[in-house]
Amino acid sequence: MGCIEQMKYEVLLKNTSFKECREYVENNFKEVYQVKPGYKMFDVYLIGVPPISIGVDGDDVIFPYTKPCYGTFLLRIRAEEEIESLRKGEVL
Amino acid sequence: MSNALFLLGCPESPVQTAIALYLANGLKRGSIDVTVAGTKAAIALLKVSDPEGNYVRKTVDLDSCIENLAEKKVDFDLCFVFVRNDAGISYLSTLSSISDAKLFAIVFGSDADALASMIDFECEKIVYKTGHNPVPLKKRIDQVMAWDA
Repeated sequence: MGCIEQMKYEVLLKNTSFKECREYVENNFKEVYQVKPGYKMFDVYLIGVPPISIGVDGDDVIFPYTKPCYGTFLLRIRAEEEIESLRKGEVL
Repeated sequence: MSNALFLLGCPESPVQTAIALYLANGLKRGSIDVTVAGTKAAIALLKVSDPEGNYVRKTVDLDSCIENLAEKKVDFDLCFVFVRNDAGISYLSTLSSISDAKLFAIVFGSDADALASMIDFECEKIVYKTGHNPVPLKKRIDQVMAWDA
């Protein structure tokens, strides 16, 4: 079980598809990074179809989180360390 | 002996458990060691159906499996991903990125054809639009797998 579910998060999209999440991130945030599936964020490894788009808005990251039975959720979580990693280019 | 990973999806369709056990039996006969990853419910369905582990002996939590593959702590020769929804495509794509295994997509359910059309990377597709009757999908598997007599 990932720690994400114990964190304070906002659900921007729920029970959706990876494609809709990618489009939402790319259309709604100016700062966007692309990573491969398996990219580690918090203590989970991102699931998805490459490239996975992650948005940055202030101190928050916006990213897809996939559950086998419920589809993909687009979550917003405060994450200063993860933003720093993305900006340093620890991505694709 | 080579090894194989089954990555199960949502167990809502009864086809998944039946096909997983059928495939595990065939691979076992070929001396291929099978590990199954899935949600708690998906694994529980397998264990209740195969209480003595005649077909599946090794199971692993889905998140732990992804972590170990991503960290390159483990890999497999073959990987069968069960796909019946969009999340299944996400898991299949992820396996394609983080594993060197020969990849098989077992695509089923009412959206099977649409889901299969989304797979645009190297992968053996086994597709049949069925949610309840496993027999047509079993026949597709028999066409793809060269079972020992």
